Amino acid sequence: MTDKRLALTLGPLQFNWSAEAFYDFYARIADEAPVDKVVIGELVCSKRSPFYEDRLPAAIERLQRAGKSVALGSLALVTLDRERRAARELLTESGMEVEINDLSLMNYVDEQSAFSIGPLVNTYNEGTLAFLAKKGARSICLPPELPFASVEALAAAGLQAGVGVEVWAYGRTPLAMSGRCYHARAHGLTKDSCKLVCEKDLDGLTVRTLEGKDFLAINGVQTLSHNYCNLIGSLDRLAKAGVTSLRLSPHSGDFVAIVQNFAGVLAGDIEPEQALAAMRASAPEAEFSDGFLFRECGAAPLAPA
Amino acid sequence: MTHQTHSQAHPQAGLAAPLELICPAGTPAAFRVAVEAGAHSVYCGFADETNARNFPGLNFSREEMAEAVRFAHRRGAKTFIAINTFPRAGEFWRWSKAVDDAVRANADAVILADLGLLEDASRRHPNLRLHLSVQAAAANADAINFYARNFGVKRVVLPRVLSVQEIAAINRQTEVETEVFIFGGLCVMAEGRCSLSSYATGKSPNMNGACSPASHVEYKEEGDKLVSRLGGFAIDVVSAGEPAPYPTLCKGCFEAGDHTGHVFEDPSSLDAASLIPQLAAAGVRALKIEGRQRSRAYTEAVVRSFRTAVDAHAAGQPIPASDLRKLTEGQQTTSGAYRKTWR
Repeated sequence: MTDKRLALTLGPLQFNWSAEAFYDFYARIADEAPVDKVVIGELVCSKRSPFYEDRLPAAIERLQRAGKSVALGSLALVTLDRERRAARELLTESGMEVEINDLSLMNYVDEQSAFSIGPLVNTYNEGTLAFLAKKGARSICLPPELPFASVEALAAAGLQAGVGVEVWAYGRTPLAMSGRCYHARAHGLTKDSCKLVCEKDLDGLTVRTLEGKDFLAINGVQTLSHNYCNLIGSLDRLAKAGVTSLRLSPHSGDFVAIVQNFAGVLAGDIEPEQALAAMRASAPEAEFSDGFLFRECGAAPLAPA
Repeated sequence: MTHQTHSQAHPQAGLAAPLELICPAGTPAAFRVAVEAGAHSVYCGFADETNARNFPGLNFSREEMAEAVRFAHRRGAKTFIAINTFPRAGEFWRWSKAVDDAVRANADAVILADLGLLEDASRRHPNLRLHLSVQAAAANADAINFYARNFGVKRVVLPRVLSVQEIAAINRQTEVETEVFIFGGLCVMAEGRCSLSSYATGKSPNMNGACSPASHVEYKEEGDKLVSRLGGFAIDVVSAGEPAPYPTLCKGCFEAGDHTGHVFEDPSSLDAASLIPQLAAAGVRALKIEGRQRSRAYTEAVVRSFRTAVDAHAAGQPIPASDLRKLTEGQQTTSGAYRKTWR
């Protein structure tokens, strides 16, 4: 690595947005957001893909023409034969880099494969990192629950193995995948009869305790944190540890502003405190956290400004 | 590829193999009870964070493990040692050494989840039989075949997200033996891919072998209510005087939109005894009982009941009605994802 600046990666959209909203979001990212890489494609539920698939090629082209490196994200929990086929085709027929989010795709990786490893793959230690690097992974986004000590050890191992190490730096944190659809369940439906009710919640549906405290968020078969991971105050420490890129996970609202704040701090144009205040203004509903990395648990909020 | 030599699970080669019954043991006493009650195999772990039931007072010292394996072997039963958490960066050796200790204890197999540990074990112990833990959440034939090709994995414990039809499809597409959970606590999430506990308490199933740990539980009477909390979050609220449910995060009562209730899963436990014939027809090789943390009496009753069921099935007889309801702490039971409507 010659360039020591942390790169910015836009993770795959976790939520079920309309085809219009999906395309408009990526068009705006292409035109205005200073990210280096974009991972695009359905992460959470294969029932969503048919509704925006035909807009995907145009979105990819637009991103590439804007100079972004684009990778196709694979589905996180693959159980059906059609899902296996679709995942395999990404790797063997797309001609693009693929982000592997379910290890079943590793069965088809060969010397020609261009792939990276997503945050839903369990890369917890140097042994696993070295194995994936040896298989040809270009970069590895670490699981969001890792504490900073693990991030430091893995970033060092990544430098040695010649593989980039990415950290989940912004957005509701993915916590669990299930065979069951919680959106459907909350609406008295089942996964097979879900009527795609998850489309109503652009950033997931907040789960509150019976005492009214915000706790989690459901997103189809996925469960997320209620809080938004936000590591804007820790970019120096991450860079010093040898982390090579930051993952920003899409949300509704002015997401370009979020990206610009990260880019601004990395470029030294604005102070982290200033950026945090600006992000609090542009995403007022978000409670920010750096809990998994730096505090006693993932739910712990950022220290007050 | 590794070429492993291991004894056949069932000596009467050529006959349709009866289902193998895999039973939990959290203590040496429970281990002996499980073997005597008819377990074909027992699974257990060392008393540290290398296994996914790292609870205070539970599990085996190295000496106890070696003694348990000897006890099982004298009675024709096998021992599988679970080393199924994900090694912590910087301390990989701790998990690697646990595998060495399992070999030294003469275990019949180790149950692993982590890619790095699987590679390490397959390279350094080419004759060691490797089972893929449910914590690896290998939910389709591609994933399973990947582990078989790279590490010589012989058996996979399937995640509890699959229907019987999907299990049958997997068995048509892999040579790897499949083992499924038949009874006990039910994870509603894909195992090994859940950090809910870590989010609320900082203690993680993947890293610490602990889910919703007792150290972070609090029961508090507030007026006429009794609140069960985990990491400060109310997981359930009942009327004072009612028995307070243990606040296992995914079994809690919450609000989501207009819905109030068990957002993720009812406080039910898995009982798929009635599905034994279908699971056997789907090509499943072994049935696993959850509950290394449970009492000896529980282990004995459940193992005996399921051994009777497995023997009945092998003899072509109907599965006898289960009397295990009383062991599930008055909870309702479910056949979970095995039936598609659960989703």
